[in-house]
Amino acid sequence: MSKLLVWYGELTTSRNLSKRGLMFLSPGMLWLLIFLVLPGLVLILVSFAGRGAYGELVWEFNLENYKRLTGFGIFGWTSDYLMIVWRSVWVAFVTTALSVALSYPLCFFIAGRPERTRYLWLTLVIIPFWTNMVIRTYAWFLILAPELPFAKLAAFLDFIPAGSPLYPNAFAVYLGMVSMFLPFVTLPLYSSVERLDWELVEAAQDLYASRVRVFMQAILPQTLPGLSVGVILTFVPAMGMFVVPDLLGGAKYMLVGNLIQQQFGASRDWAFGAAISMGLMVLTMFSLYLYRRRSKGVDFV
Amino acid sequence: MNRSHPLITALAILTMGFLYLPLLAVAVFSVNATKYGLVWKGFTLDWYIKLFSNELILTAAWNTLVLAVVSTLIATVLGTVLAIGMDRFPWSKRTNTTLDLILHLPVVIPDIILAAALVVAFGLLRIVFSAFEPGLLNMIIGHITFQVAFVALVVRSRLVSLGREVEEAARDLFASTSYLLRRVTLPLLLPGIVAGGMLAFTLSLDDFVISFFTAGPDSVTLPLYIFAAVRRGVTPQIHALSTLVLLVTIILVVGVERMTRKK
Repeated sequence: MSKLLVWYGELTTSRNLSKRGLMFLSPGMLWLLIFLVLPGLVLILVSFAGRGAYGELVWEFNLENYKRLTGFGIFGWTSDYLMIVWRSVWVAFVTTALSVALSYPLCFFIAGRPERTRYLWLTLVIIPFWTNMVIRTYAWFLILAPELPFAKLAAFLDFIPAGSPLYPNAFAVYLGMVSMFLPFVTLPLYSSVERLDWELVEAAQDLYASRVRVFMQAILPQTLPGLSVGVILTFVPAMGMFVVPDLLGGAKYMLVGNLIQQQFGASRDWAFGAAISMGLMVLTMFSLYLYRRRSKGVDFV
Repeated sequence: MNRSHPLITALAILTMGFLYLPLLAVAVFSVNATKYGLVWKGFTLDWYIKLFSNELILTAAWNTLVLAVVSTLIATVLGTVLAIGMDRFPWSKRTNTTLDLILHLPVVIPDIILAAALVVAFGLLRIVFSAFEPGLLNMIIGHITFQVAFVALVVRSRLVSLGREVEEAARDLFASTSYLLRRVTLPLLLPGIVAGGMLAFTLSLDDFVISFFTAGPDSVTLPLYIFAAVRRGVTPQIHALSTLVLLVTIILVVGVERMTRKK
């Protein structure tokens, strides 16, 4: 029944071929099914469960967790959780925008170096990319410490009481986030800037295009592939970031990541934690969907 | 718009400073002779020497290494086999799309969601198997789960760029399936496998979130240790530890760069 065929020089049957193919696929795919897909499905189920008196799961279908997330509690409607979700999206957006704004000059600068030093500069961007995020985040404690000029200046301008550090607050979160994600934009963007056709840019300048138009019509379209990879690599993880707001924002500037961590840590409310994770998942899917619609055929890795 | 306009150069230098200022501060205060505060009191290497007599830090370093090595080895094997299975067989378009989707999941979803899913799954598994207590085993499983996807993607892109002419020629010369794999495909694939493995290793060293959610009291890694320590307050010893981690990262990055650029 199974047809004989020649597959890249091998005389075989399609049944034989798919049997061998399955042998190769199954270890890795089974692993991903058991430890990724299945836990994901369980997480969805758990988000509809309840919490017992001692933090255990109560398997009783209800929508309480989602109601709580959207603000409908026992004491009427509050916007607390929705505010945190909205803030996460906003922080991710601002982080991405600032990272893009800082990445363009940096990419132009690196691309303009002579070949011998160019790789050195590029390596200097790659190193923070791979440095542990806990270290890169807490390092800001030192820069923002009360003994250093930045906190002194802020105290002088009456933003903070004298002798106190410049964290935890929203400003510190933005600092930490941008420095965390900047290389995520710069590296993919650089691969596009390196291939940029500068003759097009010069042509636009020769035709008296304004600086804004040169950027919008000669540079942006050419760098869009790298830019869109950088944007998605920043925006999605930034929404779920938990180390930076935990260390630099504290209780004053909580994001979704902290809220999830709280449910799996101190509050021990897995069901609610699962529901928040689902909310974050929906936001992720939505941004990926927008990304796919805007830029077809751009690959991640 | 000139690409080496002084304004662009100035902004670029400032941005680099913004990236490196915090890290430099950590390195500077790791050799500062005072224990409290951030006032310069002279040069010392005491904090580095004290690191090596700190039992907790040595254990954490050992855990980090065991976690990274074990998970990388397993993930590299699984990922490589998976990549061959995906690329070298005539799967239907639908199967390919599904496989591709599953493979991209760990890459695109925020790691905190994977961590939450693993906590819940391990919690339920614990009811049946007591081995899934929070600890090194759970951490290794968690790390492999995201590493496999990255290894498979890297190896697969190498498989695609290799093409199939050499393998077809070997078949025409009567190479058996296992001979072809051992003597043709795997040797050609080796640079891709090494690159994928190194990526997996760095990802494991770099990971905080998955470890934080799945770790137990006896399986503290260096990032977890640093996180817990800085929440209590920063000390020069933590700066020294972080500086060492940073140095290891720099050596790894420069090493990988050197290796991949020669090709």
